[in-house]
Amino acid sequence: MNIINKALKIVIVDYGMGNLNNVKNSFNKIGFDSTITHDFREIEKATHLVLPGVGGFQDAMKELKHKDLIQPIKDAVSNHNSVSFLGICLGMQLLFEHSEEFGNAEGLGVLKGKVIKFNSNIVPIIPHVGWNNINIKKTGIKEFQNIENNSFFYFLHSYYCKPDDDTIVAASCFYYETFTACVKKDNIFACQFHPEKSHDVGLALLKNFVS
Amino acid sequence: MLAKRIIPCLDIKDNKVVKGINFESVKSAGDPVELAISYNDDLADELMFLDITASFEKRKTLIELVKEISKNIFIPFSVGGGISDINDIRNLLNSGADKISINTSAVLNPDLIDEAAKKFGSSTIIIAIDVKNINGKYCVFTHGGRKDTNIDAITWSKEVYNRGAGEILLTSMDMDGTKQGYDIKLTNLVAQNVKIPVIASGGASCAEDFENVFNEGLASAALAASIFHYKETSITAIKNYLRTKGIDVRI
Repeated sequence: MNIINKALKIVIVDYGMGNLNNVKNSFNKIGFDSTITHDFREIEKATHLVLPGVGGFQDAMKELKHKDLIQPIKDAVSNHNSVSFLGICLGMQLLFEHSEEFGNAEGLGVLKGKVIKFNSNIVPIIPHVGWNNINIKKTGIKEFQNIENNSFFYFLHSYYCKPDDDTIVAASCFYYETFTACVKKDNIFACQFHPEKSHDVGLALLKNFVS
Repeated sequence: MLAKRIIPCLDIKDNKVVKGINFESVKSAGDPVELAISYNDDLADELMFLDITASFEKRKTLIELVKEISKNIFIPFSVGGGISDINDIRNLLNSGADKISINTSAVLNPDLIDEAAKKFGSSTIIIAIDVKNINGKYCVFTHGGRKDTNIDAITWSKEVYNRGAGEILLTSMDMDGTKQGYDIKLTNLVAQNVKIPVIASGGASCAEDFENVFNEGLASAALAASIFHYKETSITAIKNYLRTKGIDVRI
């Protein structure tokens, strides 16, 4: 598909954590241009803001702070009517109040809850890496349009989000224990898996996000 | 449930896919980007690229190839071969690789594992271990299988796990290219001694080999090259078989 849709402004937040080009490549594939930037003026213009990320929670918060991105992201997220927000993997975890990683690291606190590690007493292999199927709870939301329950997505993580409010859980997943795979609240959708690495079903989800 | 992964491996030499038998003679198997796209469409769970001449030749072409591949496939892909330091890792990750596989450099400088895991996250770092059975002892080989380090494979596996490796790519040099099946005993031994995923490699010829290495070898993933390159079977066919045997796979 080569049609570039110019009515939208998709902004991928660049804060030095992980490969953002893969997210951009995925949007290209489904016909949407996107901008990778850490310039807050660009972030302010976003209609669709994506916070990706691979790596450590604490390092990520440090980078966001260092690049003065915390307030612009919070502002975008609170702009319910004109910004759709997508958090991917670490970008999902950062939305919560704090993480167990390296003691107790403070997150953006946009969503209530914490980020915890898989319980090594019951989980023999950490990280959780590979394709796992999700149990969709919120079947009606736009992100899951035409996506079948139990679809496989690509995961790569050792920590997961535990929201205080169960009703924001949009999908769960099972890896020796049940954990939150996706959350949806107002204009926020966030997923623990990598849609940009989840083949056709991942591309379909990204397309739903921008449509 | 977490699915067992099937990973086609593309050995790259001079920007072409090649495949050797017992790490030696090589013959060309095709264009890497084309093959990558076809595997992306044939339900490959990941792709592995090993630049088998990288230690000797210029690496710029590899970076360009990685960029081209990352624009065309939407599943995870790993790159290895000739990685010597943090800069090599960063360059490949920035070019679109999702994970980096390190072999010889990790043996020569084990601190590289700690450093890389800390910098890029454990889940990004695969340690590749080439193993040959020498008089009943599993020995680690480096330099593309040319040099015996005399290090015990199980001891080394535990060490790379403790240093922060995210996965182990375990290649049996004895089985590689022979189509006699994976080295189940070796895979099982390593898998039982670490708490990270083990990717079995070397010797795959048919669907039963995958079944055995998952069930008995306790591998999290299995890698194969020639059987896919030469279309002797397809990933989808293998997955359909595994599913009838009750093994969770992504179809």
